Amino acid sequence: MRTLSRSRRPLALLVLLVLALSCAKKGGQLKIGEYGSLTGDKATFGTSTHNGIQMALDEANAAGGVGGIPIALVTEDDQGRPEEAATAVNKLIVQDQVIAVLGEVASSNSLAAAPICQEAAVPMITPSSTNPAVTEVGDYIFRICFIDPFQGTVMARFARESLRLSTVAVLRDVKSDYSVGLAGYFTQEFTRQGGTITGDESYQQGDVDFKAPLTALIARMPEALYVPGYYTEVGLIARQARELGYKGSLLGGDGWDSPKLTEIAGEAIGGSYLSNHYSTEDPNPVVQGFISSYRTRFGESPDAMAALGYDAMRLLVHCLRELAAADPEALAALAGTGGDAAARAAARARLRDLIAATRGFSGVTGEISLDANRNAIKPAVVLEIRNGQFRFRERIGS
Amino acid sequence: MQELLQQLVNGITWGSIYSLIALGYTMVYGILRFINFAHGDVYMVGAYIAYYLVAAFGMSSGGAPPAAALAVILGAMAGAALLGIIIERLAYKPLRRQPRLTVLITAIGVSLFLENAGILVFGADPKFFPQIFAARSVRLPGGALTTSHQLLVLGGALVLMVGLSLIVYRSPIGRAMRALAYSRDVASLMGIPTDRIITFTFALGSALAAAAGVLVALSTPRIDPLMGLMPGLKAFVAAVLGGIGNIPGAMLGGLVLGLAETLVSGYVSSTYRDAIAFALLIIILLVRPAGLLGRAVTEKV
Repeated sequence: MRTLSRSRRPLALLVLLVLALSCAKKGGQLKIGEYGSLTGDKATFGTSTHNGIQMALDEANAAGGVGGIPIALVTEDDQGRPEEAATAVNKLIVQDQVIAVLGEVASSNSLAAAPICQEAAVPMITPSSTNPAVTEVGDYIFRICFIDPFQGTVMARFARESLRLSTVAVLRDVKSDYSVGLAGYFTQEFTRQGGTITGDESYQQGDVDFKAPLTALIARMPEALYVPGYYTEVGLIARQARELGYKGSLLGGDGWDSPKLTEIAGEAIGGSYLSNHYSTEDPNPVVQGFISSYRTRFGESPDAMAALGYDAMRLLVHCLRELAAADPEALAALAGTGGDAAARAAARARLRDLIAATRGFSGVTGEISLDANRNAIKPAVVLEIRNGQFRFRERIGS
Repeated sequence: MQELLQQLVNGITWGSIYSLIALGYTMVYGILRFINFAHGDVYMVGAYIAYYLVAAFGMSSGGAPPAAALAVILGAMAGAALLGIIIERLAYKPLRRQPRLTVLITAIGVSLFLENAGILVFGADPKFFPQIFAARSVRLPGGALTTSHQLLVLGGALVLMVGLSLIVYRSPIGRAMRALAYSRDVASLMGIPTDRIITFTFALGSALAAAAGVLVALSTPRIDPLMGLMPGLKAFVAAVLGGIGNIPGAMLGGLVLGLAETLVSGYVSSTYRDAIAFALLIIILLVRPAGLLGRAVTEKV
């Protein structure tokens, strides 16, 4: 074998040094994985969630991490695409060996990643996926937000009881599990309460022209349109509905919650209502404290995705601290400072049990209690869009 | 009746977008017998050039003078023409004597390159295209509603169609282009600078795509790096439907496709929109293989 040439020797030394350092188990750390749509047509969802997670992480580390062990975050961008979400989570689990996974916002993406976490027995908490199927994947999958049957019902009740509407038309995004689910639950509750659905049309994510379905819906003169889609399309839908002369309100869900919505739709979205997870106008000091430190750090008001990202990370840290108190050895296994692969798996199972036992955890998006199906039981808020602002309208309990 | 009328207006305004893009496809094909699959992506780049020009000029939504809007469109067309020339020089010129299939596959490569470069440079998240002049609702006779921007798209398509016909059929360079289309070797023997004419054809086609990109971005103000993918494909279908190589055919093909899609999603379901639109294409091509306005040409052996 040829010896290394003189010029290559420093390089070889460097490689050895890096290897030695990366193998050192000094102190260890708790690696948490995050996947989200940092780019793509739901980019504000991923970015806000990430900001919230990052803020909770920094606060936890500033307070000494978990029993002195720092928490590290590994973030992967899935571009808002289910197939990329699966790849990202595979990488987080296999390559980065994370102890828990946070993500995603869009239910279709969470549904792509959840089976991988379940298979590897790595707890996954989705901050804001509301489609029921996500947590049905298995006992390692949790969510800290309400589910679509509830969200759709809330909007139907609001439309019927508060707005006193009797006719609503539905426009759903057939390419999104979230949108199709919400449209169904809304229709069910609204008709159960004696309202009439005058039309049910569809579009596909990525469309830019919605005039054909809108014309068909508007022809039957509904008092409001229920459009449970994502903000990029909803912005254009609002615009085109007004261009077709429609004067009624648009109703939607948390998929609308992005500053891009009002940017794209402009005046057209005024007087519309959406169901959401929290309101920045909540006087609760915990909420206001979160909002002011988020504003200082990121220069904008936190939307619901940021608040849920923050709560998801805080809940995870809370459970890790409980684990540290109850079983320091399990925590050491998770931090990579003790125990083998089997010990790590056992420790993750204990972490899972602690998350599942969450009752009355106080988050900025309200009290979080997980039910037997690992879904959070929480009230929802209805926001009204006025002059480009999301204003609190009312709270509807479970 | 009112609803049908409105759907017809929707279909025509939506179809005019396809027409605009199809014009560029059909012209390049008519001259070079080559389908430039990167056309839809040049359309996207055109919209982005306009987006950055608007930002550079500091124009906000609403009150820009029409001259400024025209400057933005011309700037985007010039930028895209330059891009078209560069693409032709780097990707297609080295393949001038290669089989047509090789060039076709290169075009698909260029298309993918532009899309991914767009994601890298512009970012994958959609951008809001500023309304440099405000859209006004226009009530047509009969009560159907449209907007000033959509009329602009339709008008733009008509103007470009006429302008393109004038260039191709009434100008010296157009005569050279048609000579090239007839026989490249003989045209070259007659002293026509074939390379320059081909470059010009690409520049013109790309400028057309950019004009389409800006007009469409004005009427549906949301742009992203993959915005050219589906419209590009559909515009290609529209060009074939109308008879590829035929300029009024591209216009007609775009309108037929737009109407078909709108009527299907308005009266049937948007889930079947593409399926039915493409089925229509197959049926028309079965009956008229050369397209609606195309002439059947017997291949010389």
